[in-house]
Amino acid sequence: MHRARHGVMGETQTGALAVEARGLWKRYGSMDVVRGVDLDVRAGECFGLLGPNGAGKTTTLRMLLGQTPPSSGELHVLGHPVPREARLARNRIGVVPQMDNLDPDFTVRENLLTYASYFGLRGDQLARRVDRLLEFANLDGRTQAQIQALSGGMKRRLSLARALINEPALVVLDEPSTGLDPQARQHIWQRLNMLVEQGRTLILTTHYMEEAERLCDRLAIIDNGTIIACDSPRNLVAAHIEPHVFELRGHGIGEWEHRGGTMAGRAERVGDTLLLYTHAPEPLLQALGADPNQRYWHRPAGLEDVFLKLTGRELRD
Amino acid sequence: MLTFPAVSLRFLSVWRRNLRVWRKLMLPSIMGNFGEPLLYLLALGYGFGQLVGDIGELPYMVFLASGIICSSAMNTSSFEALYSAYTRMTVQRTWGAMLDAPLNVDDVALGEISWAATKALISSTAILVVASLLGLVGGWQAVLVLPVILLTGFCFGACAMVVTAVSRSYDFFLYYFTLVMTPMLLLSGVFFPLDQLPPLIAQGAFLLPLAHAVEVVRPLMLGGAPTNAGLHLGVIAAYGLVAFTLATAILRRRLMS
Repeated sequence: MHRARHGVMGETQTGALAVEARGLWKRYGSMDVVRGVDLDVRAGECFGLLGPNGAGKTTTLRMLLGQTPPSSGELHVLGHPVPREARLARNRIGVVPQMDNLDPDFTVRENLLTYASYFGLRGDQLARRVDRLLEFANLDGRTQAQIQALSGGMKRRLSLARALINEPALVVLDEPSTGLDPQARQHIWQRLNMLVEQGRTLILTTHYMEEAERLCDRLAIIDNGTIIACDSPRNLVAAHIEPHVFELRGHGIGEWEHRGGTMAGRAERVGDTLLLYTHAPEPLLQALGADPNQRYWHRPAGLEDVFLKLTGRELRD
Repeated sequence: MLTFPAVSLRFLSVWRRNLRVWRKLMLPSIMGNFGEPLLYLLALGYGFGQLVGDIGELPYMVFLASGIICSSAMNTSSFEALYSAYTRMTVQRTWGAMLDAPLNVDDVALGEISWAATKALISSTAILVVASLLGLVGGWQAVLVLPVILLTGFCFGACAMVVTAVSRSYDFFLYYFTLVMTPMLLLSGVFFPLDQLPPLIAQGAFLLPLAHAVEVVRPLMLGGAPTNAGLHLGVIAAYGLVAFTLATAILRRRLMS
């Protein structure tokens, strides 16, 4: 994805690191939740943390914010050693939490003003910034609304606007589009792209491959507390999966499992679906075309294929 | 591990947040602050007062007014640091949002406890006004009750914050009410003089902070000077500081691990 980078914010020059983690480890009792994570997030990029439930994504974010001390390892965020200078780092970070925690005792506008006060911000300049953010979040018609009266999408937009109240260099988003309808999700994505274009660094966790593919310059796939792959979405797909995928369903797949596997190079049976992965689709297309009873779907390989290949297909609870 | 709280002036933004919410419902809140103690004073004061007569040289109403100022500070502050603070910590996740900003757990706890103390001050001020209108106040020294109440409110807010810090549900607060607050309320010289009690219990009452607050506030309300004021205030302050340190230590473990 090409992005014009201009107006780079303050200290976040090209080549600088927004986050630098070495051997980050978190142990709860006898459970190692994060096990030796090395992470370089470049200033100005959108970086994704992708992983199944319980992989250690949220714990990693909490460590970045200085909200839980690592059991061991080195961590610098925006140049500050964390957790020692976490407060200074958080001064320049915006956070969109997984579950909305807008203040129900205040209106939309008051939420922004109150949150600003936690950063010590006040005055005329703040009032203008609040107006601008309400516009950014498409909430300029609802400034006096109570939080309870907002839809899920509006709440998330307000959470995003709130995270920008301190003009952060780094914005951290924990599953920013979970629970949103497609329209609301598209809107959030647009806004996140705008933030990257403004030169801010974004770190987001997500379960949605589409979200990761669309938004992230680079992403790390994390499982069982370690990073098992880290690259751009395109490179990850190229490195781990053949470019063409055929999905076959129906009675005939038993027959195709052997034949297709030989033709494709790699076959995988998942329940009643047969997946064939190949670099050269032509022979398979011809063979499948000659079998009118076999239903199939031919698609390009995607991040989800990489994800499932690397983290396995068992359910995570 | 018990480390001392690292406090900064940032706690004021938490305090101000609570003030802004309170201002939205200021009128009914202040009416409650005036109404409830007035009711207590009139009902207990007239009702009991007729039976009890004078306590020492004091009409019962005068005795009771100075006690209720202290117990109201305790109740108001405790309720705020229990129910309201717990709601902001858990249900509303207001603290979570604060901790994403450059506030830390100690700032939040200090902001909440200071706010609890402020509410104690508001409610006790209302009682002081009512008491002086009813002619139950002996002199200008009664104004000095207010800083004492602020300290007392801080003390009970901090104690309640320890309970909030360890609570897993609202129900847990009942233990604190039943085992600590109610006995303290009844045995600290609020409603009757401590010398009515067996000496052991009367002395035991001074192990807890409320009795000390009453010892300082009552003479001031009468226009006199309390004896051993430094000692009494010292006990209240010590309770507050120890409880604050304990509360922040537990909260840090709860919220930052």
